[in-house]
Amino acid sequence: MSVTMLFITILVLALLGYLLGRANASGLKASGNALHSIPPYHGYYVALWCGLPALLLILVWQAAQGSVVDQLLIASLPGHLTDGVSPARISLMLGEIKNVAAGRVFGTPEQAIIEAAETYKTFQNTAGYALVVCGLSAAVAGIAFARARLSPEFRARNRVDGILRGLLILSSIIAILTTLGIILSLVIESLAFFARVPVFSFLFGMEWSPQMAMRSDQIAAEGAFGAVPVFWGTIFISAIAMFVALPVGLFSAIYLVEYADKRIRSAVKPLLEVLAGIPTIVYGFFAVLTVAPFIREFGMSMGLDVASNSALAAGGVMGIMLIPFISSFSDDAISAVPQSMRDGAYALGATKAETIRQVLLPAALPGIVGGVLLATSRAIGETMIVVMAAGLTATLTANPLEGVTTVTVQIVTLLIGDTEFDSPKTLAAFGLGLVLFISTLALNIVALQVVKRYRERYE
Amino acid sequence: MSDTTARPGEPKRGVWYEPDAKLRRRHAADKRLRAYGIAAIVFALAMLATLVGTIAITAAPAVTQTMVTLEVVVPEGAVDPTDPRGGSYQKILNESIARIFPDVDAPRELRELRQLFSNGGQYALRDKVVADPSLIGRTFEVTFPLSDIGDQLHKGVIDRDLPPDYRRVSDTQIGWYDRLVEQGRISAPLNWGMIFNADSRFPELAGLWGALIGSFYALLICFIVSFPVGIAAAVYLEEFAPKNRFTDIIEVNINNLAAVPSIVFGLLGLAVFLNFFGMPRSAPIVGGLVLSLMTLPTIIIATRAALKAVPPSIREAAIGVGASKMQTVGHHVLPLAMPGILTGTIIGLAQALGETAPLLLIGMNAFITAAPDSMFNPSTALPTQIYIWADSPERGFTSRTSAAIIVLLGFLVCMNAIAIYMRKRFERRW
Repeated sequence: MSVTMLFITILVLALLGYLLGRANASGLKASGNALHSIPPYHGYYVALWCGLPALLLILVWQAAQGSVVDQLLIASLPGHLTDGVSPARISLMLGEIKNVAAGRVFGTPEQAIIEAAETYKTFQNTAGYALVVCGLSAAVAGIAFARARLSPEFRARNRVDGILRGLLILSSIIAILTTLGIILSLVIESLAFFARVPVFSFLFGMEWSPQMAMRSDQIAAEGAFGAVPVFWGTIFISAIAMFVALPVGLFSAIYLVEYADKRIRSAVKPLLEVLAGIPTIVYGFFAVLTVAPFIREFGMSMGLDVASNSALAAGGVMGIMLIPFISSFSDDAISAVPQSMRDGAYALGATKAETIRQVLLPAALPGIVGGVLLATSRAIGETMIVVMAAGLTATLTANPLEGVTTVTVQIVTLLIGDTEFDSPKTLAAFGLGLVLFISTLALNIVALQVVKRYRERYE
Repeated sequence: MSDTTARPGEPKRGVWYEPDAKLRRRHAADKRLRAYGIAAIVFALAMLATLVGTIAITAAPAVTQTMVTLEVVVPEGAVDPTDPRGGSYQKILNESIARIFPDVDAPRELRELRQLFSNGGQYALRDKVVADPSLIGRTFEVTFPLSDIGDQLHKGVIDRDLPPDYRRVSDTQIGWYDRLVEQGRISAPLNWGMIFNADSRFPELAGLWGALIGSFYALLICFIVSFPVGIAAAVYLEEFAPKNRFTDIIEVNINNLAAVPSIVFGLLGLAVFLNFFGMPRSAPIVGGLVLSLMTLPTIIIATRAALKAVPPSIREAAIGVGASKMQTVGHHVLPLAMPGILTGTIIGLAQALGETAPLLLIGMNAFITAAPDSMFNPSTALPTQIYIWADSPERGFTSRTSAAIIVLLGFLVCMNAIAIYMRKRFERRW
């Protein structure tokens, strides 16, 4: 019986529990008792007791089964395979055993491995049956336990409300768990990385060539993991993006709020929002297909040497993506300036442009700055555009026509295709991820602070 | 004040004085700012139009697929009627190609000739025979794709006027192709294979089916997990939570999660789901779980806004007639907020559908030539399939990548249209 089937069976049992509980309570009511709660609540109570513990059991079991079976399997292996062997070798052996068990046999495995594969299959089967038996008995036991508690005075509604409330709290804790998961996984893997490569040489090293560490004599060679060129590339491309997005976004927001009439505004605003809804992979392909060749040819015609993965193409396309961010934040900020301030400026004889420059923009500045910071954090964390359009080699250059690489590009290239978590090469991705997480988080917090302060001033 | 004092070219309304140089400069500055604004909007919209336009134009060739129709004889004995899967169909096909081109017999030329026909021909023939084994021993027609170069030739992507060294088709190949056209064997029907085939190394055979199924499973998981959990979290925060440190932490957390770069979620999925829990690599279930963590903040924020919009009088009335807090929320507030919640959920799912980076990190960019049977099997998703095709060097993949993007954008437009429709249709002002 597959896990999905087990899941469905338990849901059916829970429905049965509901009907049973309701019938019980209806019976009590029919025999002249005054119930504290209406019968459906008795039903809900039984259903919750049937479903929740059983489903929880399945989840925990599923999470634990893999490693428990592995441990049992290692314990059952004959001594000559496991004695004095490194953990990495054992995990390789486990992989081979599982492959053999799944019927993917490469070459001729040892007899012991074939036997172990049989053992593995037996363990898996036993575990599967045990899960079905335990899950179903938990569900049935839940029904029995809950039904035994039903009585006319039983406060079923309060109990059900309490359980539901617990579930609601649990759900909102998931947000915290996610953040914790992110921080823990990044920090733990980064610590493993920094145990091999000193933090200092990672943060301030000037040379980035992670491929070198693949050679055994070069592991953790100092200088190979100096991330400064990668950081520089990220900042450089983000700066180009903001160079495009900031004026375009800001001027369009000013026009839409202060100059455009309602019809134009209601037509243009949703169109600008469309830019924000296009998936980044589409922008990436657009950069490779259209923008990069265009810039290259244009540069060539001017006699310039343009790389096919120039920072200008990636940054420019990213800037287009960020236009709606800047424009909608600026739009909100300018619209939020009280009308009285405009009227005051006009009354003094200021033109529209003077009012905007000298009254509205200074008043809206905190909101605009907040938007710019959020957009910058978006630019730093943006992945697909740069993976497709930016370069792979880390170069320290301020020439936008050359290719540079970014943190996100390096994370993707370091991790694609590699599953082993013991080389500095893959662990470096988590070091970069940690830096990325911290810097975007800091930008977001600062941005929210700036926006908050601005709100306090104008309400 | 009157029109007689205004010179031609001056603004007509409201100007009752002679503007001096300074005033004219100030008005010019005003016009300039206005022009910058218009220029900015025109630039942004032009970029949008260029993006959609170039992708639509590049996608156009992929709308049809060039097919060739051959008469095939499957000789008795070449294929076992009881087990028709086992025959060597490529050989049978080669023989019928040779019948059309009896003049070609040098091995090198033959190889060049076969390059015009897709590698998938043998499977088309096999499927036909498997479906109807009585065809063995008879002459019948088989229609199957031309290869990438034949396809490009038909669509005019390959320029015949270029010198032979600069194009991927030789003059003899063009001659053979023209002969096929003369015999009326070439047709270009709608390219359904692009939707219903799984991935392939050969552009003419590659399709999106595996990616569509993978994306479907991932979005299903994403919905199953993030919809109830998101609503529950929002209901707790909006309706039940006391105002204290703990709920403050949760709120700050949710707002920050909404702004965490998507690739960081990919790292989380890799470290926690794949390495810690040992879930299968490249599987839509892992992709769905990662996407649901990303969608959760969107749904929570939308749900809270929808709950806030329900007026307190509804809650007071329910509590007044004796409902518990949970009943008030479950029977009255949530149903009234549901349209807003669903709108937010659809928008969140649309974002999740276009998300690529986290799926790359958990390996959903694998090369898989069959649609997944379940959500635990390796698979690609729509955006990762676009990424794979965009990286493939064959010419045919360029138009297919664009076509796949059009499919993706089509889904996104539909989802957003549903969301907008629901907002317009069910939105209630209190």
